[in-house]
Amino acid sequence: MNQTPPTQNLRSGAMSADLAKSGQRTVSAPLGHALVEAAQQDERIVGLSADLAKYTDLHIFRDAMPERFYQIGMAEQALVGAATGLAMEGYVPFASTYSVFATRRAYDFLLLDIAEANLNVNLVCALPGLTTGYGPSHAATDDLAILRAVPNLTIVDPCDAIDIQQAVPQLAASEGPTYLRLLRGKVPAVLDEYDYTFELGKAKLLRDGADVLVVSSGLMTERVLDAAKELEKDGIGVAVLHSPTIKPFDEQALLAQLGKGRLVLTAENHSVVGGLFDTVARTVASHGLGEKITPIALPDEFLEAGALPTLNDRYGVSTEAIVERVRGLL
Amino acid sequence: MTVTSTQPPLDPERILRIREAAYRIRQYALIQAEVQGQGYIGQALDIADVLAVLYADQLHLDPLDPESEDRDRFQLSIGHYALALYAALTEAKFFPVEELQTYASDDSRFPMSSMRTYTPGVEISGGSLGHGLGIANGVAMGLKRKGSDRFVYNLLSDGELGEGSTWEAAAVAAHHGLDNLIAIVDFNDQQADGKSTQTLSMEPVTEKFESFGWFARRCDGHDVPALLENLIALRETDDPRPRVLIVDTTLGKGVDFLEEREKLHFMKVTEEEWAQAHEKLSESHEALKETTGR
Repeated sequence: MNQTPPTQNLRSGAMSADLAKSGQRTVSAPLGHALVEAAQQDERIVGLSADLAKYTDLHIFRDAMPERFYQIGMAEQALVGAATGLAMEGYVPFASTYSVFATRRAYDFLLLDIAEANLNVNLVCALPGLTTGYGPSHAATDDLAILRAVPNLTIVDPCDAIDIQQAVPQLAASEGPTYLRLLRGKVPAVLDEYDYTFELGKAKLLRDGADVLVVSSGLMTERVLDAAKELEKDGIGVAVLHSPTIKPFDEQALLAQLGKGRLVLTAENHSVVGGLFDTVARTVASHGLGEKITPIALPDEFLEAGALPTLNDRYGVSTEAIVERVRGLL
Repeated sequence: MTVTSTQPPLDPERILRIREAAYRIRQYALIQAEVQGQGYIGQALDIADVLAVLYADQLHLDPLDPESEDRDRFQLSIGHYALALYAALTEAKFFPVEELQTYASDDSRFPMSSMRTYTPGVEISGGSLGHGLGIANGVAMGLKRKGSDRFVYNLLSDGELGEGSTWEAAAVAAHHGLDNLIAIVDFNDQQADGKSTQTLSMEPVTEKFESFGWFARRCDGHDVPALLENLIALRETDDPRPRVLIVDTTLGKGVDFLEEREKLHFMKVTEEEWAQAHEKLSESHEALKETTGR
């Protein structure tokens, strides 16, 4: 890899995983606070973590409702098993760990114990895609690819704190299992500037535009919205369809936006293999449509370790990279 | 069916009732295995005495209300023992005996590997080993939350002890003081590739569980009085730890030519042998009654 001596880190180190831009409005630990609020209304809700409560914002719930929290320890298979058993007894567990551990270490348990039995277990998992500079051990660039083939599982990729806050009670109320790609810590507040509410299973058009349609999910929606504002200055109209529910995918919302002669892109915080791009392409192909779709996604390779801003640029998922990409395609 | 300490565990009538149940469970298992002409009959015969103690004596269950809140939860972690569980549930009046003929057939409620979504009375899905104990933890936690005094039983096998998830779950059960959880490990010393002790030996199993913080006992899995005594003790003890009973069993127990056959995970039985198996089972049952004066 890098044969030259490492440069001094002038931006931020791999340890820093702050998602917010400087001066941006944020909400602290939206999952933890939303879960406490939901649990005050719903006696069935319990929380579990595999030694990552503090790093998945579940410590807020743990500290507010210690009698409803189970520390399972660094044992993801046991985490899923315990959540399964609690759900079988009528409780509504929210179980947290990192996405890589839930999907890679506990997959058999997630699939057979939770999904096959269609239990109301909610997995809230941090570090989706490129939200850590630790490299492949921590960056879940493959979680959607792994989980999309799991029957019964609802998959949510929220954009911001608003999505997370509004999703939590809906995840609890939804009968089957769910998987949330968690954004943690100081999470940007973005979508309250739009005429938007999170609805499980629905994609929403956040802004319209005559030239380009971007279908996006997760934190990429914020970057796409920023890119759209930038492109607007050049007179380029960008429509943004935000699809926080990856599965079941809102095909009708997508189909309603196609066939308008616009450049169509997808934008996701995931490998180009098996995520939103594949979901959109599948929908388009299965409806016999001939739209060309260009993916903005992480490459099909193991990501390097480093600082997030550097990596976002390198892999073409920063706002600036999106703007350049769109300009180049038009 | 609930045990109370006023019932003396060694009451001969009680032992006889369990032995008769074990005999019928074995016959029911043979009926199912014969339908498919093959199957996990060796395991079903080896675990029949344990299931008889549970389903004819220890478990609080209502066949008319399989999901009753007031039931004990018996979970089969080893899904390939399904025919033994269907036999035990039939003995407990969950199903008519005739339905056993549908075992592993299309649209049957009795799939080859047990699944919770198919069968009343089947609490968890098996098939992939190392899942049961972790789920049992969650159920035990749930029962405690509700203030229920019911128990979770989880039946594992010695081969399954090779799965790391079993030991993750064992640690969690002890850490959370799940004293309403009773695990049973069928030590038949047989797994897919050969003897368990020669494939991946987990001995000494009792000491391993003890070192993980469990209250552990071990006994002959065909000695009905010993099984009953131990299962009552595990249920009634004030010990704050999760409980485990390791049972040493013989594959094919009760059918002499199967007991003596080359030990295989998936035992071969020829067409003419099924009738002989039923007969041998009756003979060994009668002989057992004579030797024990019953």
